[in-house]
Amino acid sequence: MFLYLFKKLAVTIPTFFGVTLVAFIFIRLLPGDPVLLMAGERGISDERHAVLMAEMGFDKPILVQYGYYLADLAHGDFGTSIITKRPVLEEFATLFPATMELSICAMLLAILLGLPAGMIAATKRGTAIDHTVMTTALAGYSMPIFWWGLLLIIFFSGTLGWTPVSGRISLLYYFEPVTGFMLIDSLLSGQEGAFQSALSHLILPTIVLATIPLAVIARQTRSAMLEVLSEDYVRTARAKGLGPQRVIGLHALRNAMIPVITVIGLQVGVLFAGAILTETIFSWPGIGKWMVESIFRRDYSAVQGGLLLIAAIVMLVNLAVDLLYGIINPQIRHTDS
Amino acid sequence: MPLLEIENLTVSFQTAGGQFTAVDKVSLHIEPGEIVSVVGESGSGKSVAMLALMGLLPWTATVTADRLAFNNQDLKTISKSELRKIIGSKMAMIFQEPMTSLNPCFTIGFQLTETLKIHLGMNRAERKKRAIELLELVGIPEPRKRLTAFPHQLSGGMNQRVMIAMAISCNPELLIADEPTTALDVTIQAQILELLLNLQKKQGMSLVLITHDMGVVAETAERVAVQYAGQQVEKQQVKGLFSNPHHPYTQALLNSLPERSNSKILPSIAGVVPGQFDKPKGCLFSPRCDYATTKCHTIPPTAASEELGKALCHYPIVDGKPTNYPEEVNP
Repeated sequence: MFLYLFKKLAVTIPTFFGVTLVAFIFIRLLPGDPVLLMAGERGISDERHAVLMAEMGFDKPILVQYGYYLADLAHGDFGTSIITKRPVLEEFATLFPATMELSICAMLLAILLGLPAGMIAATKRGTAIDHTVMTTALAGYSMPIFWWGLLLIIFFSGTLGWTPVSGRISLLYYFEPVTGFMLIDSLLSGQEGAFQSALSHLILPTIVLATIPLAVIARQTRSAMLEVLSEDYVRTARAKGLGPQRVIGLHALRNAMIPVITVIGLQVGVLFAGAILTETIFSWPGIGKWMVESIFRRDYSAVQGGLLLIAAIVMLVNLAVDLLYGIINPQIRHTDS
Repeated sequence: MPLLEIENLTVSFQTAGGQFTAVDKVSLHIEPGEIVSVVGESGSGKSVAMLALMGLLPWTATVTADRLAFNNQDLKTISKSELRKIIGSKMAMIFQEPMTSLNPCFTIGFQLTETLKIHLGMNRAERKKRAIELLELVGIPEPRKRLTAFPHQLSGGMNQRVMIAMAISCNPELLIADEPTTALDVTIQAQILELLLNLQKKQGMSLVLITHDMGVVAETAERVAVQYAGQQVEKQQVKGLFSNPHHPYTQALLNSLPERSNSKILPSIAGVVPGQFDKPKGCLFSPRCDYATTKCHTIPPTAASEELGKALCHYPIVDGKPTNYPEEVNP
């Protein structure tokens, strides 16, 4: 088991290097630089520009800059934001819980609805239920997130006035973050109505962010289930006189989970991409919104550091998925190590 | 009173090319404690008939029968949950592929004790004790250790023993073995067959042995039903079938046994079982039959008398020669 874990970890190291390179190069490929963008419409003289660039070390050859970046990383230093002058790691740590809260809620919603939907569609294949589930899933999958988010805001926040438009909690409440998760913090604060407010702020962004993963999970569950349901061991389970709940929910589902958790793991990456749009639409103060702003400001350090941290999280999640395979189906664990 | 009564069982599948009849009016009666073999080559509907009996066919199948009864209980009108109380306990089945018939995600112990919990309501300690007993009974060494093993850690033969242990766990009255030895090595085949016969004797259960191996039939069964292209073409006692087959297909099957051959080239039956789109108009065996006449090619035969093994043939064979065979025809 440890060897298995070690092997999987070793594979992530080159990926990690790849991410540093990509993050480093792509942000520099964008036209403009941080000094020009800070100067804004007033403009800046070429001499002053050169001085400021040199101050930040951007006058050095690109490879040297990359070398410094890697050396800093090796010391656990993710750099300092050029704009806010705060350490990138600190900024990330402040904003990440907001994204995490939203992502966890979205993932839970996607799994809790997607899994049963896919299972029902598979067991009722070819019926109206199956077609309805699959058509809805396809529609959800093809929906542009920003448009879907705006539609929901217009209808639920605008026309019906049921939910707030933006932010994490009403301005009426203030308390110091403890966990960074608004749902928990609002409960801990003991202020009346705070939790309800936090919850109502969370509903629309969660639905928007969950839409694509939900559709993907439902479709994947259906196809995995269909495949597994025709396996010999499912027939054996039925031949034992087991009821449909046990045959489908235990014998078939356990095997069907392998491809499903694979896409769940991959969807975590998609979730962060989706968070950028969702957080921007709902003014959700998370890392998605922060990344977009950092890119607009050409905040090289923030973009590099942020991308790397996000990539690390996505890789960790997928590593966890790999380990889960072995737990769900020991045959995989035994053949890999 | 027979334990199992099947009367005119027909199974058809809905396919993209229309209805396909996999089992055509098959009848079978099984007495308590009896061993009956169902023989036929691949695609003759042997397994499908038994799966239909157990209610294990996919939703595309349509099953009809004049009578389908187990212990005088009508299986046609029984509710699904009532049927589930019978299958796996009173009526159990083992399959051809032991390696894929066990769930790779669960331990042997878990899969073995499931039936004990559901059908017999045993508690954890009783289940464990019984599971070890069962594994011992089917000849698995170190049964206690095997309970925590996964199917992929055992060999095919061992897995088939586990399947057998699972099937007999609730002391069934009827065990259906669907080609239980086909996927195994020859030496293991003999062991598994012997095990099945021993258990049959010990438990006094009835055994339906589906096979395409005439050698297996000769060694084990008391009665045989021969199936071809979904139809039952002959039913006889084993002795009679081997000494005096009444259907040309049975005769051809027996002739292709290596131990019966006296020529240098092994005799075989030319051609294949007809499928959905090339079903002959008359007798289904006529395109491959040495005796086929124009009548055979155009008119479907009816079953002969009980003494002639109910052979589905216009000219049932007696002592190696077709009866009522028209003189002038030269096949």
